[in-house]
Amino acid sequence: MKYVMGQYPVISKSNLAKDIYDLTVLCPEAAETAVPGQFINIKAEGFMLRRPVSIAGIDRENGTLRIIFEVRGKGTKEIARLNSGDMIDIIAPLGGRGFDTQSYETAVIIGGGIGTPPMLPVAEKFGKNAAVICGFRNASAVILQDDFNKTGAETILCTDDGSAGRKGFVTDALDDVLKLKKPDIIYACGPKPMLEKTAETASQNGIPCQVSLEERMGCGVGACLVCACKSIRDGQEIYAHVCKDGPVFNSGEVLFDD
Amino acid sequence: MTDNTSKLSVNFAGVEFKNPVIPASGAFGYGREYENFYPLSVLGGISVKGTTGQRRNGNKPPRIAETSGGMLNSVGLQNPGIDYFIENELPYLKTKGTVIIANIAGSTAGEYREVAEKLDKTDIDMIEVNISCPNVKAGGAAFGISCEGAAEITKICRAATKKPLMVKLSPNVTNIADIARAAEAEGADAVSLINTLLGMKIDIKTRRPILKNNVGGLSGPAVFPVAVRMVWQVSNAVKIPVCGMGGISCWEDAAEMMMAGAKIIQVGAALFSNPMAPVEIIKGLENYAGDNNLNNLQEIVGSVKVWEQ
Repeated sequence: MKYVMGQYPVISKSNLAKDIYDLTVLCPEAAETAVPGQFINIKAEGFMLRRPVSIAGIDRENGTLRIIFEVRGKGTKEIARLNSGDMIDIIAPLGGRGFDTQSYETAVIIGGGIGTPPMLPVAEKFGKNAAVICGFRNASAVILQDDFNKTGAETILCTDDGSAGRKGFVTDALDDVLKLKKPDIIYACGPKPMLEKTAETASQNGIPCQVSLEERMGCGVGACLVCACKSIRDGQEIYAHVCKDGPVFNSGEVLFDD
Repeated sequence: MTDNTSKLSVNFAGVEFKNPVIPASGAFGYGREYENFYPLSVLGGISVKGTTGQRRNGNKPPRIAETSGGMLNSVGLQNPGIDYFIENELPYLKTKGTVIIANIAGSTAGEYREVAEKLDKTDIDMIEVNISCPNVKAGGAAFGISCEGAAEITKICRAATKKPLMVKLSPNVTNIADIARAAEAEGADAVSLINTLLGMKIDIKTRRPILKNNVGGLSGPAVFPVAVRMVWQVSNAVKIPVCGMGGISCWEDAAEMMMAGAKIIQVGAALFSNPMAPVEIIKGLENYAGDNNLNNLQEIVGSVKVWEQ
């Protein structure tokens, strides 16, 4: 893992939905090495801890990274005040393990809520060889559907209340997709119950599955050991760390009972 | 520009440090992650992740919560155990050209002895005895909150090793100077303080603590004045040297801590937002020593002139 730290310019900003912001940061050094599934750690002025945000777009040609985040508290609110032309203080790219997109031909890609953005660079890798299932609370929370359509993937939109796309959970849509065709791999990022159900479905169908996890984080580089996630390694239960051992894990390694 | 690098050198408990700035145990792992930012040789030393007799899993997550001016952690001494450390981490660290301090902990006095004995046979430079971790159920802070406990663990480690021994004190006590004296009386070569202050953070939406451990150790700028006060009290109570820590995030904090009586200092929580903090502090102290025409930065140690009461 090789990362840079510094102040980099924000070159565009937009508001995708209520409290959800989309920033493009010019950082060629990080764009050069970043892989889908990695994240960046952002300093929020006046706060002790950086805010980890997953990478939603990697543009090597233009040297930019795209990040999409939700305002959840005072720190993310501070980051949301940044505008195009401002400098953002980041450490990037972080994450010892991103999504393995090299070893598979076809994929089902699942994103739930604010877990949707990191799936966009994965979908771009697969294009028409992927089906993308996105789930949101309701129509007003829906983001990135045009972006996913542009990748050439088949896209399925779900909302909890049926106000956009089909009503119900992404895992119901996954069951329907798997009835027609089994992909080489399933990728997912979103709320833990969604990941657990996805992992279970993948396992029942004998399909490999990679999930991106989230946990409250400290250093972001693997030193402080706070972002623990219970997992199995060599038959032994251990606490792996989301920032360095992940954030992407093979679903079979993850114990969701914690 | 004049080179003030040599003005920062210090002999602490018999160990030569090129400068008094050390990343604190628990915030810096075994150093590898921070080599991405700077060569470890620029540091005065490294106090490595607290290590116990056997591998420990640590506490359930969430293990961190941000607070006003600080953060709580409840890692609970997750570490691979002393044998792994000696075999896989120490040889690597010893090639880095800086002082390596092993931070050790245990659930029982016997575990402290076992770890100290094993380290005695290595080329570790110094041992920091953690009798103040607030996040483990047995041992840890239980020893550090009484003079008897501090004395017992210091004595047992002293008997187990000839290495320079620094006892890390808990601030969660009525009189930290008494605990420091107890460690000194049993042969500690130095004391370090403060470990974290026990705290709690509640999510008002769920009415549940953020930390799965319910409580955790507070660190960061919020604790800094408490740490300065305690370092001042302890350095006036013991003859052995003091390593000061708790909320240091810039060179001015480091200078203040040294004026309170610390010969060397450690930097912990500041690393999370600014991995460069130790390097910036070293640079700032070099400039300070130069600007104030000091022969050596140690001239400011304990130099606070308190008001007469």
